[in-house]
Amino acid sequence: MEITVPPFDIKSIAPIILVTITGIVVLITDVFLKKLPKETLGYFSFLAVLITGVIISSQLGTTVYSFSNTFVVDDFSIFFNFIFLISTAIVILMSVTYLRQEGINYGEYYTLILFATVGMMLMAGGADLITIFLGLEIMSISLYVLAGFRRDRLDSNEASLKYFLLGAFSTCFLLYGIALLYGATGTTNINEIGTFITNNHAYSNPMIIMGTCLLIIGFGFKTASVPFHKWAPDVYQGAPTSVTAFMSAGPKAAAFAVFLRVFLVSLPGLETKWSVILWVMSVLTMTVGNVVAITQTNIKRMLAYSSIAHAGYVLMAIVTASSLGTASILFYLLVYVFMNLGAFAVIMVLGKKGKENLQIDDYSGLGYKHPVLAITMSIFMFSLAGIPPFAGFMGKFYIFSSAIKSGYIVLAIIGVINSVISVYYYLRVTVVMYMKQPVREFAPLSLSPFIILALIITIWGTIHLGIFPSRIIEFAQESVLLP
Amino acid sequence: MIPLTWYLILSGALFTIGATGVLIRRNALVILMCIELMLNAVNLAFVTFSRHHDSMDGQIFVFFIMTVAAAEAAVGLAIIVAVFKNKATVNVDKINLMKW
Repeated sequence: MEITVPPFDIKSIAPIILVTITGIVVLITDVFLKKLPKETLGYFSFLAVLITGVIISSQLGTTVYSFSNTFVVDDFSIFFNFIFLISTAIVILMSVTYLRQEGINYGEYYTLILFATVGMMLMAGGADLITIFLGLEIMSISLYVLAGFRRDRLDSNEASLKYFLLGAFSTCFLLYGIALLYGATGTTNINEIGTFITNNHAYSNPMIIMGTCLLIIGFGFKTASVPFHKWAPDVYQGAPTSVTAFMSAGPKAAAFAVFLRVFLVSLPGLETKWSVILWVMSVLTMTVGNVVAITQTNIKRMLAYSSIAHAGYVLMAIVTASSLGTASILFYLLVYVFMNLGAFAVIMVLGKKGKENLQIDDYSGLGYKHPVLAITMSIFMFSLAGIPPFAGFMGKFYIFSSAIKSGYIVLAIIGVINSVISVYYYLRVTVVMYMKQPVREFAPLSLSPFIILALIITIWGTIHLGIFPSRIIEFAQESVLLP
Repeated sequence: MIPLTWYLILSGALFTIGATGVLIRRNALVILMCIELMLNAVNLAFVTFSRHHDSMDGQIFVFFIMTVAAAEAAVGLAIIVAVFKNKATVNVDKINLMKW
């Protein structure tokens, strides 16, 4: 018997290989050169992420299927790769000082961040459910460890344990869904599943419907959508702040990337069925996220609920299943990376070893003591609330208009009402900063050139995308999956 | 030959037992074991469908699931050990520092 080796195209996964090798090099260097300051590993990882970004931009405009149709490079995956790399780069910049200050300055931190990025890139480019599953797990397992990175602290342990148990539990449902889809169609390739369903008119095959529901559970968990959101506040609160920032940006975008790809490529035939489920989930996610966020006193927990609410807005655009909806998701997720990472960077600047100042009341009087920092925080809060001229407004505007264009008027109205509710808790931070007297003395800020650079990048992104969004919007519209 | 349905019923039953175990048991180690049981139920379903369709995709998928399950078990046990070092319990009801 002759074995033919299928052609493989290393070029298409060059960015992933580069990030993987960087991760391994960082890990080995950390072991063998013990004297090397850990910050160097951070700079090295940052540099590698930038180079990867350059390589990815050279792939623009092509659609290449490689490795027996299990991996695809198209504008959709490239747009998401940019989102991941931007968030990874900003998080590395933010982490360098934070890790030293918190006494968790270990080299493997950067390795885990890079491996999680590899997982996300595999997810965005996965054209086969095997690749998607593998990417999801590479990302999740790295994140389980990262959430518990502050090993000696019980809240970090607890976050890690909760995330791990619930994450592994939800993966089982995702896998059973994949198994049922495979059983019904005989293939794990997402394009072939789509073709099979259309050709055989298998729209009411119970196995496919059941599989779709289980996939929604699995992806709903990773995107922290209600009713699969209970892990998010605890994990966001307990994990080290830099890891929380990372989790709220990249992995969430990656989960939405597979959500979109699987549902728009494999299961467009069942749209009437899943759009109803996602409609309900979107309304629940927005409402629960925003209403519960109002009562929070811990800022990390408040941002966790706010991130749940933002997942609801994105789900709204998935419900429309239109190219405009997809483009608005791409734009929104990019915007969200900037404004959310910025807010977390400000939280980290205010934190000190042993006293992280995580209560919202700790921000009282910040506007008088550190005016620049207070303005920065206000920009991010206004942007998250969706107030023009900041990017958050443009993102929400595109999502709501895509919902209206597709005829989901009620959904858009609920979204706008929720957006109004969210203004209350975002502005409360601003109110506390400017209209309350300081409760106690502020400790000196933990500033370093790197976190300042991270803040400048995020402010620039938040303002620039709010005032001049057209270029990125065009790029997003070229990157959608639908014809 | 044993029909396809029987394997699927067994797989479904194992999955349900695992899921119930995760929901009602309070020991983190037992929960981990229940999750492994659920993964194995999925493996069984994959192998069954692979045989049914005469395609190897399902069996390849099983290898990946087993590898990932091993990695997950390693990380999970490490996390449980870290929790136990700080709190001296693996009862998930007692690990309740953060709520609402």
